[in-house]
Amino acid sequence: MRQAVALILVLAVGALLVFTVNAYLLPFGTFPERRIGGFENESVGKRILEDAPITTGSASVVTSVVWDYRGYDTLGEATILFTAVCGVAMLFRVARRRA
Amino acid sequence: MAGMTVIVRTISRLLFPFLFLFGAYIVVHGQLTPGGGFQGGVVLAAAVILLLLAYGIEGAQAKVNALQAELAESLGGLILVWMGLMGTIVGIAFFQNVLPFGSLGHVLSAGSLPVFNFGVGIKVAAGLLTIFYAILRIQGEEEK
Amino acid sequence: MSLNYIIAMLLFTLGIYCLLFKRNIVKMVIGLQVLTNGLHLFLISLGYREGGIAPILAGEMLGRGATAEFAAAAVDPVPQALVLTSIVINVCTMALALSLAIYIYRHYGTLNPFQIRRLRG
Repeated sequence: MRQAVALILVLAVGALLVFTVNAYLLPFGTFPERRIGGFENESVGKRILEDAPITTGSASVVTSVVWDYRGYDTLGEATILFTAVCGVAMLFRVARRRA
Repeated sequence: MAGMTVIVRTISRLLFPFLFLFGAYIVVHGQLTPGGGFQGGVVLAAAVILLLLAYGIEGAQAKVNALQAELAESLGGLILVWMGLMGTIVGIAFFQNVLPFGSLGHVLSAGSLPVFNFGVGIKVAAGLLTIFYAILRIQGEEEK
Repeated sequence: MSLNYIIAMLLFTLGIYCLLFKRNIVKMVIGLQVLTNGLHLFLISLGYREGGIAPILAGEMLGRGATAEFAAAAVDPVPQALVLTSIVINVCTMALALSLAIYIYRHYGTLNPFQIRRLRG
């Protein structure tokens, strides 16, 4: 009984998500337009695309966004990778028996 | 953990240089093609793990120790932070692009981005290898 | 009515179903991965331009130096960079979750989260 109610709720959440995405987002494939609820602003990606090959010197705009415009996020991600490796190495360390 | 048959061992030994070269190519050309440090590091780790699966634990331990993998990961992280501190030493900002730019579209372009990619490539490859070694319980000393 | 958004939300719902209804920790981790994949697909689909090219200046446009024409035809690079970061963080989370699953099996003998209730020895 409880499982049937939970299943109906999950299906309802799924239907709500699909309906919201189709009704309240801008149509698929209209990148520079940013009009949400009558509030219009300029998207950051458009300015980055115009500036990046000359300001950064790299031909790949995604790499320059990852390392130059958003460098602190990548530094935090490297820290998370280091923490995860330390955590796994700590979990599986074999303890030395005291003789 | 024992190794595999003669066919698998031979093929993996023949394929290992090409896989390593492909991973290094993805890391070095991070500013010209899709790729960079994280993707190339995963391919490098997969190349070494292929050797580990084919030859068993003992053969892989002779090549790349667990201690060497941990040290290499710390070295990669140090390269990343040291290159970021170069921006502070020169006087602009932390993590700023301070090396000379070069010409657009060549391998040695984009300032300090290739050094970042190199550091993160080593870090990711050694990190995944350390996780693999740790889950298979290969550390420095075992319990006697 | 675009296919990308609908499939992304269906994957999200499938991940939530797996997290709620499965009684095995490894299956729940797989459900988390499906959920995250749906989310990444949704994020990348937000930055699409009709008839756009990849945001990498290469080949013929690089030879001409046509940066203005490139900026008028490329797709959004910012969601792609954010999804790159998210994929790496997801790998770290899954490594720790599966290590904890190995620990739980070694300590309790079962992988059913409803039978792991009391703290034993």
